[in-house]
Amino acid sequence: MLDLVSDHGKAIKTPPLGDSPLAIRGLTVSYGQKPAVFSVDMTVRPGAMTAIIGPNGAGKSTLLKAALGIVKPLSGQVSVFGKPLDDQRARIAYVPQRASVDWDFPTRVIDVVLMGLYRELGLLGRLRARHTAKAMDCLNRVGMHDFVDRQIGQLSGGQQQRVFLARALAQEADLYLLDEPFAGVDAATEKAIISVLKSLREAGKTVVVVHHDLATVTDYFDHVFLINTRKVAEGSVAEAFTAETLQAAYGGRLATAQVDQLAKALG
Amino acid sequence: MSGEEFVPLSLTPLLIGIFAAVACALPGNFLVLRRQALIGDAISHVVLPGIVVAFLISGVIAAWPMMLGAAGAAVVAVVLIEAIRRLGRIEPGAAMGVVFTTMFAGGVLLLEQTDTSTVHLDVEHALYGNLESLIWLDATGWASLWDAEALAGLPVELPRMFVTLIGVILFTWLLWRPLKLSTFDEGFARTVGIRTNLLGLALVIVAAIAAVAAFDAVGSIIVIAMFICPPAAARMMTNQLEGQVAWSVIFAVISAVSGYILAGYGPLWLGGADAVSAAGMIATTSGLILALAAIFGPCRTRTGAPSQA
Repeated sequence: MLDLVSDHGKAIKTPPLGDSPLAIRGLTVSYGQKPAVFSVDMTVRPGAMTAIIGPNGAGKSTLLKAALGIVKPLSGQVSVFGKPLDDQRARIAYVPQRASVDWDFPTRVIDVVLMGLYRELGLLGRLRARHTAKAMDCLNRVGMHDFVDRQIGQLSGGQQQRVFLARALAQEADLYLLDEPFAGVDAATEKAIISVLKSLREAGKTVVVVHHDLATVTDYFDHVFLINTRKVAEGSVAEAFTAETLQAAYGGRLATAQVDQLAKALG
Repeated sequence: MSGEEFVPLSLTPLLIGIFAAVACALPGNFLVLRRQALIGDAISHVVLPGIVVAFLISGVIAAWPMMLGAAGAAVVAVVLIEAIRRLGRIEPGAAMGVVFTTMFAGGVLLLEQTDTSTVHLDVEHALYGNLESLIWLDATGWASLWDAEALAGLPVELPRMFVTLIGVILFTWLLWRPLKLSTFDEGFARTVGIRTNLLGLALVIVAAIAAVAAFDAVGSIIVIAMFICPPAAARMMTNQLEGQVAWSVIFAVISAVSGYILAGYGPLWLGGADAVSAAGMIATTSGLILALAAIFGPCRTRTGAPSQA
């Protein structure tokens, strides 16, 4: 197998897929001419919280969507807990970007959470009291139990995001993939989401988050995956989230203010 | 009106009108929510080349070749729309516009250039159908509903539209959850294993079948109106998809019944002499219902529109 050479010159060995919750090899995705993600390898550490970080347009969301089969990659392999994706769908929960859906859709909060039980209910399985109870419990965990019967369009952005998280909780998965869950939410929501994610980690679940706020990386995550179309770095926060790797991922695009903030955060 | 008059003259057109309206309104709910409502318009146009080609191949004017041709044309149109949308990276509405006008023009050209003068396909027939002519002359009263001999004389459009409606209901009922989920959140739907592309194609094909069957019986004006007006009006009555679908069925039935009655008697009430087109009046009624819902409907504001800063 070819050894790929990363942008900063270090040779990257291509490890076997293994039993990792999410292992990606040689993934390339393209919208039109230019690749959005180029030949990326990723091995997600089980039971950890991993942040996918990179500048705008670096392919963070695309990486996640391709890993989930939402967009079709040009090439590459994905395995989930050592098996093909299609065999493991029941073990995956996904929180899409909030802006990706139409919040005018005629449905209530509880109905959205019940969508997380789709695999359990099947096409015509009857909705029973225990299903509704589970959905209520998930809403409770994100602090949205008072909004059960609201039309989803009547919620604030942060509340909508929490409903999406409740739907993922209802999926009772082992691997949670979240796309920018903290984008445009209020401080209370951010706190609620991170505490739920940490409780998932404590329960032994694996969490992967596309994240944009560099200042909170060290507080929230154990692992990082830096990407700018190609993989830049992967590893524990201490190893892979350094001034050097950030420089490599963001190039000149990191504003001075951000660098200062980071310098403080990184000590 | 007595049974002797009503059953042979009004019962069958009324039922065909109701079945056609509901069969189009049901998939219309999803099409409207998916911002694909224009597809009803597109389908009723691309049906023309399909019917002409079916006639050229089969050489007969029969229901099945016509419906197959029309359904085939609808599938070709859907594939073309998808291809243009993806390759040209333009919005679906523009892709639909390009495809259906081109295919309709192709149909007209084909009709003019080939020997299809025997095909009865004039503009008025295509637009308004001939609902009023779908009468049941073998019937003598309500008792005819149990008379096998009289039932054999039912206009063939009635059982055909009924079977189509049953098919549409089954499709909606069986695939309710995946339809709802993939209409709301396509990305999530894929991650739970729903084949959203296939489902979207199936929805459009079911809509096409409903449109073709209804087009044949009652003309394209009802098809276009029923795909959009009852679901759009229903959306303004409720904030739940289940309720929206129920309202859309109610509105479709009201449009069909009141439109049919108004067409037959409205002009007389106003002192006129002749009846007006039932199909046209049914479409008009559905438009009126939409207007009323837009003015008085309890859920007519776009709550989900980005308002919070």
